[in-house]
Amino acid sequence: MIDLKGVSKSYAKGQPAVNNVDLHVDKGEFVFVVGNSGSGKSTLIKLLLKELDPTSGVITVNQQNLNKLKRRKIAKYRRGVGVVFQDFRLLKDRNVYENVAFAQRVIEKPTRVIKKRVPEVLTMVGLAEKYKSFPKELSGGEQQRVALARALVNRPAILLADEPTGNLDPKTSFEIMKLLEEINERGTTVLVVTHNREIVNAMKKRVITMKKGVIVSDEQEGEYHYAN
Amino acid sequence: MRISTIGYTLKQGVKNIFRNLRFSLASVATMAACIFLFGLFLAIVMNFNSMLREVEEGVGITVFFEEGAKQEQIDKIGEEIKKQKGVKEVKYVSAEEAWESFITQYFDGDDQAAAGFKDDNPLANSSNYEVYLDKIEDQTELVAYIEGLDGVREVNHSKNASTTLTSLNRVVGYTSIGIILILFAVAFFLISNTIAMGISIRREEIGIMKLIGATNFFVRAPFVIEGILIGLVGAGLPLGLVYVCYNQLIKYIQDRFHVFTAMGSFLSVQTIFHILLPVGLGLGVGIGLLGSAVAIRKHLRV
Repeated sequence: MIDLKGVSKSYAKGQPAVNNVDLHVDKGEFVFVVGNSGSGKSTLIKLLLKELDPTSGVITVNQQNLNKLKRRKIAKYRRGVGVVFQDFRLLKDRNVYENVAFAQRVIEKPTRVIKKRVPEVLTMVGLAEKYKSFPKELSGGEQQRVALARALVNRPAILLADEPTGNLDPKTSFEIMKLLEEINERGTTVLVVTHNREIVNAMKKRVITMKKGVIVSDEQEGEYHYAN
Repeated sequence: MRISTIGYTLKQGVKNIFRNLRFSLASVATMAACIFLFGLFLAIVMNFNSMLREVEEGVGITVFFEEGAKQEQIDKIGEEIKKQKGVKEVKYVSAEEAWESFITQYFDGDDQAAAGFKDDNPLANSSNYEVYLDKIEDQTELVAYIEGLDGVREVNHSKNASTTLTSLNRVVGYTSIGIILILFAVAFFLISNTIAMGISIRREEIGIMKLIGATNFFVRAPFVIEGILIGLVGAGLPLGLVYVCYNQLIKYIQDRFHVFTAMGSFLSVQTIFHILLPVGLGLGVGIGLLGSAVAIRKHLRV
């Protein structure tokens, strides 16, 4: 599903943000990527979204070689990859329903499909009753649920989550992680970048630890290591 | 593309205008000023041209013959003139007709004064050809030709009316083109800036759209619609105004400045709009489109 071979990414000067990384994630896996700030986790997400191109190495996602992906095909590629962020990135001037429907509008789904699919996915994340609320009327956890609904509404094969619980309290963080696990159980490959030690240790999933752009450990049912 | 997508894009384009209302209004107002002035100048130039044509048709050349010229020779001269290109009409005026026309024109029907000349036509030698041309531009060349013909004593032609009108028309034309070009440049920059503002306001939304997998077209289209709408409204309003005001303006001018009335009749608003409507709307939409395209190219690299 996700395959990185010898991938490096260097910015203008200094040490590469990602350095000669080999990584393979199978279809249906749930993977945590952990590490301190500057370990290269976020660069990894950007590479997978093709927001950045690698300086060297080959990235293959969904059987597509991202190095060879033409600019005009990027949009179509991203439709197969859902993404959520620490800061939710919701549209503040639109309500919950519109925020989720927006993801379907963008890929030009017909209105009748949108009307059916949006309530489905809002029910899945437990926000069916708040569909008329605006982001500022929601708690952090609820906003992240909306972001998740938006990421999932187009049924992506892969879900990337960049610090999804970074702005949430421990209880809410667990709820969001449980939701991610549920999503994973429905068949979506999930890759979560996080700092949250308690959650990583509690979930007993595959844990990839990065340090200064290099993968220093990769364990099934792993734990959060403090990589100094 | 789906109909729902077209609907969504249109709606977003309209929303953009209202989100950024102050800038949009400034753009619409500038565009409106441009198109209004454009309409005004176009109406003036078109009317001038039409009057010029009327004057051209009225201005003739008068060809006088040498003293004692025989009728045969006069006929021959007539034939030669008729053969020339650009000659619309050649009319023979006998000495008697010339005198009668003189009486009507200058004695203003004062038959007694005219009767003093009774059997002694002062214009006995004034039989002539009146030559009318299709285009006033051909006049100089034709006059030179006729002057070279045997038996021609003098060729009279009115130079001033036509040249004055032609040069006045040119001055009005060039001045208006200059002013309109400057105004269109201002309108273009304002629209471009309005769209750029809209893009910066929606930068976050655009970022999200791109991450979700929106095509470039989908991201850009609302801004293009916004530009076109600003152009369309900016053109439509002043065109409406020109349409309504034109007749009143003509009436005002005719009442106040009789010189224009003497020169000829004004064109109807329908004749003016036959050209003004498509050109005005085209300019509005075109500049709106161009303004948004430039802003998108500069600020929306997707």
